[in-house]
Amino acid sequence: MADREERKFAEVQRDSVKLMAESTGVELSDDIAAMLAEDVCYRLREAAQNSSQFMRHAKRRKLTVEDFNRALRWSNVEAVCGYGSQDALPFRPLKEGELYFVEDREINLVELALATNIPKGCAETMVRVQVSYLDGKGNVEPQGAVPTAVQSLTDDLLKYYQQVTRAILGEDQQLMKVALQDLQTNSKIAALLPYFVHVVSGVKSVSHDLEQLSRLLHMVKSLVQNPFLYLGSYIKSLVSSVMYCILEPLAASINPLNDHWTLRDYGAMLLSHIFWAHGDLVGGLYHQILLSLQKVLSDPVRPLCSHYGAVVGLHALGWKAVERVLFPHLSAYWSNLQAVLDDDSVSNAQVKADGHKVYGAILVAVEKLLKMKAQSWSVPVEGSVAVRERSFPGLSPPQEPVSEPGFGIASHLLQGTAGVPAEEPVPVQLPVMYRELYAFFGDSLAVRFSTGPGIKPRASRSAPSQPPDSKKEGVGPDTTRKMPQLTSSLTISPRQDSSPKNEPGLPAAQNSSAAPSRFQRSSSSSSSLQRSKPPPSKAAQRSAGPPREVFQKSRFPLPPVAAPFSFLIAGRQTGRRCQGRRFQTSFPQLHPPNPSAQPPRGYAHKLPVIGRMGKPVKRWVCSQYSLHLPL
Amino acid sequence: MAAVQDGPIEPEPENEIKTEASNEFPGNPGDASGGVPPTAPVAAVATEKPAAAATDSTERQTLLAVLQFLKKSKLFESEEILRREAGLLNETGDSQGAAPGGAGLGGGGGAEPESGDASSVLSRVAGAVAVAQSANATPAPAKVAPVVTGGEDQPDVNVVLAAYSQQGDPVLYPVYYSGLKRFIDSVLDCHRAELSQVFYPLFVHMYLELVYNQYEKEAKAFFDKFHGDQECYYKDDLRILSGLTKSEHMKGNETLLDFRTSKFVLRISRDSYQLLKRHLQERQNNQIWNIIQEHLYIDIFDGMPRSKGQIDSMSGSLAGEAKREANKAKVFYGLLKEPEIEVPLDDEDEEAENEEGKPKKKKPKKDSTGSKSKKQDPNAPQQSRIPLPELKDSDKLDKIMNMKEATKRVRLGPESLPSICFYTFLNAYQGLTAVDFTDDSSLVAGGFADSTVRVWSVTPKKLRGVKTAGDLSLIDKDSDDVLERIMDEKTASESKNLYGHSGPVYGISFSPDRNYLLSCSEDATVRLWSLQTFTCLVGYKGHNYPVWDTQFSPYGYYFISGGHDRVARLWATDHYQPLRMFSGHLADVTCTRFHPNSNYVATGSADRTIRLWDVLNGNCVRIFTGHKGPIHCLAFSPNGKFLASGATDGRVLLWDIGHGLMIGELKGHTDTVYALKFSRDGEILASGSMDNTVRLWDTVKAFDDIETDDFTAATGHITLPENSQELLLGSYMTKSTPVIHLHFTRRNLLLGAGAYNP
Repeated sequence: MADREERKFAEVQRDSVKLMAESTGVELSDDIAAMLAEDVCYRLREAAQNSSQFMRHAKRRKLTVEDFNRALRWSNVEAVCGYGSQDALPFRPLKEGELYFVEDREINLVELALATNIPKGCAETMVRVQVSYLDGKGNVEPQGAVPTAVQSLTDDLLKYYQQVTRAILGEDQQLMKVALQDLQTNSKIAALLPYFVHVVSGVKSVSHDLEQLSRLLHMVKSLVQNPFLYLGSYIKSLVSSVMYCILEPLAASINPLNDHWTLRDYGAMLLSHIFWAHGDLVGGLYHQILLSLQKVLSDPVRPLCSHYGAVVGLHALGWKAVERVLFPHLSAYWSNLQAVLDDDSVSNAQVKADGHKVYGAILVAVEKLLKMKAQSWSVPVEGSVAVRERSFPGLSPPQEPVSEPGFGIASHLLQGTAGVPAEEPVPVQLPVMYRELYAFFGDSLAVRFSTGPGIKPRASRSAPSQPPDSKKEGVGPDTTRKMPQLTSSLTISPRQDSSPKNEPGLPAAQNSSAAPSRFQRSSSSSSSLQRSKPPPSKAAQRSAGPPREVFQKSRFPLPPVAAPFSFLIAGRQTGRRCQGRRFQTSFPQLHPPNPSAQPPRGYAHKLPVIGRMGKPVKRWVCSQYSLHLPL
Repeated sequence: MAAVQDGPIEPEPENEIKTEASNEFPGNPGDASGGVPPTAPVAAVATEKPAAAATDSTERQTLLAVLQFLKKSKLFESEEILRREAGLLNETGDSQGAAPGGAGLGGGGGAEPESGDASSVLSRVAGAVAVAQSANATPAPAKVAPVVTGGEDQPDVNVVLAAYSQQGDPVLYPVYYSGLKRFIDSVLDCHRAELSQVFYPLFVHMYLELVYNQYEKEAKAFFDKFHGDQECYYKDDLRILSGLTKSEHMKGNETLLDFRTSKFVLRISRDSYQLLKRHLQERQNNQIWNIIQEHLYIDIFDGMPRSKGQIDSMSGSLAGEAKREANKAKVFYGLLKEPEIEVPLDDEDEEAENEEGKPKKKKPKKDSTGSKSKKQDPNAPQQSRIPLPELKDSDKLDKIMNMKEATKRVRLGPESLPSICFYTFLNAYQGLTAVDFTDDSSLVAGGFADSTVRVWSVTPKKLRGVKTAGDLSLIDKDSDDVLERIMDEKTASESKNLYGHSGPVYGISFSPDRNYLLSCSEDATVRLWSLQTFTCLVGYKGHNYPVWDTQFSPYGYYFISGGHDRVARLWATDHYQPLRMFSGHLADVTCTRFHPNSNYVATGSADRTIRLWDVLNGNCVRIFTGHKGPIHCLAFSPNGKFLASGATDGRVLLWDIGHGLMIGELKGHTDTVYALKFSRDGEILASGSMDNTVRLWDTVKAFDDIETDDFTAATGHITLPENSQELLLGSYMTKSTPVIHLHFTRRNLLLGAGAYNP
């Protein structure tokens, strides 16, 4: 009980008081510092209590900095300035030393003054009346919904909305690109958000049209990446649209010629991106999504493409998700899959091809799981270190811990926070897991797992010091034939397990370029669309001939890819387990591109870090398009 | 000082107990606190007498203190005279000389060294005392420390705290406390609930005493050990307490001062009280007994002990329940007679035929007004009890309009619920803090956290300002439509902004005639705005701290404001200083409402009580306790008989003003209730809350249930019916918008208002 009491309050340490005194040139004895510290705590509590009444009378639920300052003012204490900003103030650790501070970025006033995207002052306050309940009964509109006409749209906004939606869903690729780009960077479209969200929710009505679906997903991506939009509760709607594309047996997938696999991969990537960038908003959804994925996976009636979606979705949510949902489920699922794969009848050809896809996806997911597992297992997790490490890579975006519930790196730290369910399933020992998986996948797994010099913990550890080199050397020779699989894993997985920072960049880049190009990130610029295929092909390796033809066209040119991939793993591992500091310092120049997941260097500089406030985005964007819209 | 409270009660039973107790006294010599001299039973009886039976131990002590002072100052003559007059011919012991005034007071209940002398004095003065007793029936908390400035706003802190200087062995506090706890756990069920009330104030005072005497560790241990036992509704106060660990901090702490300056009031049945008393005497538990006597006011009643439910429904306020006497005063809750209004015939609706229309019109008019005006409500105050402004022509017109509308009013009831319109403030990113509608629902005003006040017209009629002086001089003042001509058409707009405050606007109120608007703000001022020119007319300065709420009287002219300085002030628009100051609340006055007859005002406070004040003489005539959180809204029923209150605890309580009783508890909201309004006929109560819902309650049923009951108004014990869910007629979600104001139009359409902030 005493503990609980103590934890209720912020405590100011004696050392802090001493430090502050020193900074003003006063030497304090321990006793005095202790007394002062206690008094400061008390005064703080008092001020906090006093400030709460200002909140209550302002009829708010959130205590603001202003409330606190008012309380201070009325008790004749100077107000504390500098915290009134609406933006979150990221709390950062210093790389070396036990120092924590609130980030206080320098603001370039000139840039700010000349910026063209200053948000117009918010719209005029107004009163709108609405008959909510007639005779205390019928609801004229569904209850609890968000008002549809939150803002009465100005003409320009309306025009913009029409133009943009028309461009995105229209025929002209170039126009679409421009529109998406603008959607991603326009600072003045907050009022339109509900409308765009509504448009996106139209995925359900166009499930026959892959092209439209993927365009809508592009739209989601642009919205998600727009640093000026606060998605708030709309994100749920966006997530459900994305989930729809990942999981549903779309009408379009009836025709085997339609490449709905790519759509699903893209959706999964988007999902992981959303979780990465807006974890604070969707944190609560994490569990729910896991459940729905699990449900799909455990439903044998669902078509294989749905299963595929579930697997890539899980993969996208991070290896923890894979471990929690897919792995325990595997044995049950396996028998079904096996049946499909073993049926050589002609009528089954298509299904079997699908089965191979699923197989490949599972293999990739499981492989990642094993690797991450191996790392986490071999490296005792050190909380603070990991945090530091995390915070470093993505300096620019504000980093809420909650933001990546499922991501391998930090997920262990986050347990108990909103995103990650507190109870961890009993961790399966790595060897056990490996054995079990081996039973399913046989040599293909073994080969993969032991691939690449960098994979082993030890190797990885050494790797951090000179990543670029290890990249080049390690990869080359032995991995060649596994290439396809690797690439596939890259496309889907990289963002979740490794440091998230560069992922967003990726999507952005892809997004901005036309749809087809979005996946080409690594070496295989050739057939981005097909990258989903590699996994199956790998599977094919194992089971020999037949599947291969099915996937023939999707093949990548193997050799170039291989090298980066193995490096990737190494990099990831290092990132994960080595102390953040060391890691960081060793690659200062790398930090825009993610050291782990960024194979081709050429790309690195092109892949900006994207966060809500991320400057790089802007830069990248602006350099490419300058769009002036009448807003 | 318990003696003081026992004043009106016959001393007989007390004496009996005493003798009983005295027989057992010799059994326990050597009490830890060393207060009571464990001598002969006779002495014990004597010591007990001043404490329990004697009337005005305070007064006696004051007297002794004065004598002492005179002696010290060598004013022997005066001392002699005073002594003679007081009948204290006997020389009081010199032992008192050592005790300073404060300690003398503090030790009043206890058996300090002076007790020997005091008892001897007392026994001699018994007669005189008995006389004084009757005169001393009002036990004002102010008397706790007569030396001190009384129950003022900021009592001399040191003196107030000084009473804590006398203390026992801190190590024993937990022992005492748990001893009492064990005892209370062991008593009969019927007494347990009542006696358990003692825990909280005892706990707090013991804790504070420990803190004051710098037993920090002990205090912390004590807190940790026992704070879990306290009723959950005290948790806010406990949180404050738990933060207070140093005696230096006690000085500035308002909650603490409240505790010290006001006695915690408990209502306990005589049986339970005697049980407690006997126990404490048996155990010679002076520490606890002292605290009870010094800091608690035990309101003893005869009859059945109350049940836990009964107690819980009434407790929760900062200073315990209201004393029964506090609610005894007569309140004229009836409505004033409506003035007879000559109905201008041409003003009548055009729909009726000219010839027939006139006579017909007149009659219903007269009836509707006449029914009220003819016989004076026996419960209504004198028409002229409070001087009210005379009706202007425009007021009369408005009344006529009102009556016309009233004939078209929808009769509400459980079967016919009102339609609800919701006024959503969009883009109110600056923070909407207050809303008001005019009575005719033609204007709506919002107060914002950015210090602005905005007025909107919600009818097609735009808001127009009056022309400038130069233009006005050109107007033909004799024309019939002069009122129309003075308006400047160029200024017409849907809304007007009023700038002047320098802090969030927390309260806002239209005058009944729609010519003025009041707003109160964090900047400690109340401002009066003209809705003709849309400028500020007056800034009323009087409050020293943020003003939380203000409201116009239903007859205009007067208004009430209340704020963080714990005082509610009554103003008249043409006086720059307040006419009345209502002080008594122990924490911020958070909301203020006028009674429909304008003779009373109700104030709700953060001390979790509601007080009703008489505008005429400034007396507090009702104290309602029962809320467990700061009260944020109040509403009088249209007939003036009932009051509804909503608080942060999400509950709405209904009060019978005439009897001073709680008559209903409406549970359902899950967050602070910020808006309450009775329908025009009073059949339905609408409540709006932070939880984004509007709820409608069947007040007819709520009031009937009680009124048919033959409730024991005398005892003030209420058993709330457990049917608050049956009273709920409907719960209506808004669109993610907290409801901060509700208003019934004259035709009983319900209007809600709030800001949508995604």
